[in-house]
Amino acid sequence: MLAVERFHHAYTPEQLVAANISFDVKAGEIVSIVGPSGCGKTTLLKSLAGLIKPTGGTIRFQGKVVQGVPDGLAIVFQEYGRSLLPWTTVNGNIELPLRYQSITPDECRRRVAESLQAVDLSGFGERYPWQLSGGMQQRVAIARALAYQPKLLLMDEPFASVDAQTRADLEDLVAAVRDQFEITIVLVTHDIDESVYLSDRVIVLSRPPSTVLAQVDIDISRPRDQIKTRAMQQFVEKRSEIAQMIRRPSGSETHP
Amino acid sequence: MSDLSGAADPRAGFGQARSFAGPYLLSLAATAFRVVLGIFIFFLILELVTRLELVPPIYLPRASTVVRRMVELLQDPKFLSHVVATLYAWGVGLVLATLISVPIGILIGTSELAYKMTSPLIEFMRPIPSVALIPLGILLWGQGFSMKIILVAYAATWPILFNTLYGVHDIDPIAVQTARCFGLKQAAIVRRISLPSAVPFIFTGIRISAAIALIVVIGAELLASADSGIGSYILFVSSNGGQMDSVLAGAAIAGIIGALINSALGLIDRRLFGWRYLGATLS
Amino acid sequence: MSTEGIGIDRRYARAFSAIQSFAVRYGLGIALVIVWEYAARKAGSIFFPPPSEILHRAATLWLSGPPQRLFLSDSVFQDVIPSLLRLMGGWALAVLIGVPLGILIGRSRNLSDLVNPALQFLRAIPGPALIPIFIILLGTESTMRVTLIAFGSVWPILLNTIEGTRTVDPVQLDTVQAFRIPRHAQLWRIVLPAALPKIFAGMRVSLALAVILMVVSELVASTNGIGYRIQNAQIMFLLTDMWCGIVLLALIGYTLNWLFLKFEGRVLGWHRGARGRAATS
Repeated sequence: MLAVERFHHAYTPEQLVAANISFDVKAGEIVSIVGPSGCGKTTLLKSLAGLIKPTGGTIRFQGKVVQGVPDGLAIVFQEYGRSLLPWTTVNGNIELPLRYQSITPDECRRRVAESLQAVDLSGFGERYPWQLSGGMQQRVAIARALAYQPKLLLMDEPFASVDAQTRADLEDLVAAVRDQFEITIVLVTHDIDESVYLSDRVIVLSRPPSTVLAQVDIDISRPRDQIKTRAMQQFVEKRSEIAQMIRRPSGSETHP
Repeated sequence: MSDLSGAADPRAGFGQARSFAGPYLLSLAATAFRVVLGIFIFFLILELVTRLELVPPIYLPRASTVVRRMVELLQDPKFLSHVVATLYAWGVGLVLATLISVPIGILIGTSELAYKMTSPLIEFMRPIPSVALIPLGILLWGQGFSMKIILVAYAATWPILFNTLYGVHDIDPIAVQTARCFGLKQAAIVRRISLPSAVPFIFTGIRISAAIALIVVIGAELLASADSGIGSYILFVSSNGGQMDSVLAGAAIAGIIGALINSALGLIDRRLFGWRYLGATLS
Repeated sequence: MSTEGIGIDRRYARAFSAIQSFAVRYGLGIALVIVWEYAARKAGSIFFPPPSEILHRAATLWLSGPPQRLFLSDSVFQDVIPSLLRLMGGWALAVLIGVPLGILIGRSRNLSDLVNPALQFLRAIPGPALIPIFIILLGTESTMRVTLIAFGSVWPILLNTIEGTRTVDPVQLDTVQAFRIPRHAQLWRIVLPAALPKIFAGMRVSLALAVILMVVSELVASTNGIGYRIQNAQIMFLLTDMWCGIVLLALIGYTLNWLFLKFEGRVLGWHRGARGRAATS
């Protein structure tokens, strides 16, 4: 689905943020990218989306090199308040990208209703974003991405600006969405617990100039539960493993 | 697109970009270069258009002719005395307006009742165009400095008063509540919280008033056939026919003066109150 | 206590608070008018006629016509209506030119930086200083006045539109790019609505400026209009007539501003809501 080869990026010739990042993502996976602040996670995600052109390296999406925004992916930003358009309703926000796809108005309406149902917001279609709570707004953003029916869903610290209870609900929503819609999800987060809870695999980045420190497989069984899974021995081990890597002062070789 | 380097700050004032990161002098030079380039291209376009002579050149002379005349005028002591006269009336009127509006604004703003009582009145008085009072001004005070100064002061009072009121009255309630928790009495709250946070608003009011004051003073000079000032100069050369280059030069110099005043005040605003704009977009 | 008694108390309380809020809002204005009336009668200065006289004269001037025409007299059709038409025409022209041009310029960072010095210069030229130029180039008819009003009042709209277009939230721009929304739709559905609050702010300032320019343009070499009437009254020493004109201008300015705010409220309802939300969160 996604192949990143030797991605590197520098804001200015002096500021090299990512030195050499390579990884693959298979169809249907949930992959998290974690790392210390400033290691270029967001830049990487935006490059995956084709919004930024990296200084070097190749990104392939479904076999084709990414140049500009490719078809078939959607992105959910951290700042839901700024990503949703305040001058139109929830329905309007969700159907906006669909207007420019070649689908019939009926299909459009169906998709909007379906995605709202998937995020448990049926009935809120005619509200305005600012009338909803933070968690609900982020769910609208997710619904908008789902209605677009992407093959790949990119999420940039999607739950960082949301309170803890809502975060738990949204995490479970993401897992359910992957199962229901069979999409691939790449999630950037600074929350290690979240990454372990949600993903099939966690990619750990080093400090800038960043490289891939490790790719940690999370083979905890699904479905996962907020309370039970987080108390499991396996969970705690994986979590500490990743936390140690991030805490270490300098980057090191790939962990066996 | 989202600018990652942060050097070209999209939040900074339009056309007065200043970086909050990166080499300050370098971006200053870049801005200066862009300003000069912009002015130069503007002049080139005007020159080309005026050379096309879509309108006979006695009516619309070439841009280069006008610029030449501008340079001449700026070396002519008679014209310079006009400039001084205009700026004098402008400055005195503005200072008067500030001295009147700021104390009154503070007084009204700190009293909830007074605020409620006076704001409808101010809302009604604001839209009266001060230029409509020029005929009255002429009758009352003649065509000299007093008339100009009084009219300027009248026109400039409203934006300053309004902004002072707003600045003092609509301060962040959290700041006031915090102060109350620390035991500050009303007078101290006014002095230590309301006033300092109102100062940027007051300055914005002064900026707006400065621009309006210039329009009013030159308008008054022109319309009242005053005996001195840029407006009276423009009136004089336009009634004596065939001196379009002087008419345009006079208007252009007035424009440059206005632009310089606006820029200077804008720079001071950013210097003194730059902290207001951090993280917020300018409106 | 009977429920009827409570009801009456409540009605009194409501009436009382209604009177109270009316008094607070309009009390000062009414008091000032009364003071002016008294002082003007006492002092007897011709320069400051009492309000009652002004009102009486205004009625004679403007409301002494036949009932078929809503009692409006000739002078309304000769002066007031043409003035208002010029005003609205000039302002509308400013909007029609300023908004599209502003969006065009604002879309390009480099272009707007380049163009800015020229714009700062042009907007700083005091409107009155341009009157002689416009008269020479365009004569003394309505065309000249409308053009002058348009030329003078386009700047707040243009500059605010440029600013509004430039400061569209990058997150919004990234979002629509990520969803592969075509460029023309980006402009129409994201850039324009996002810039609309600033555009409206510019339009409001511009309206006030247009009123000023309308008056100014009629104080010089004109044959009709509100400004002309005021100046005419000044020349003929008809102080009350002059004051009538001033009061009329205040009313026009106030009403236009009020109307515009109502219009803005409808179009930008979402903005108030969103901003209110942001303020409390």
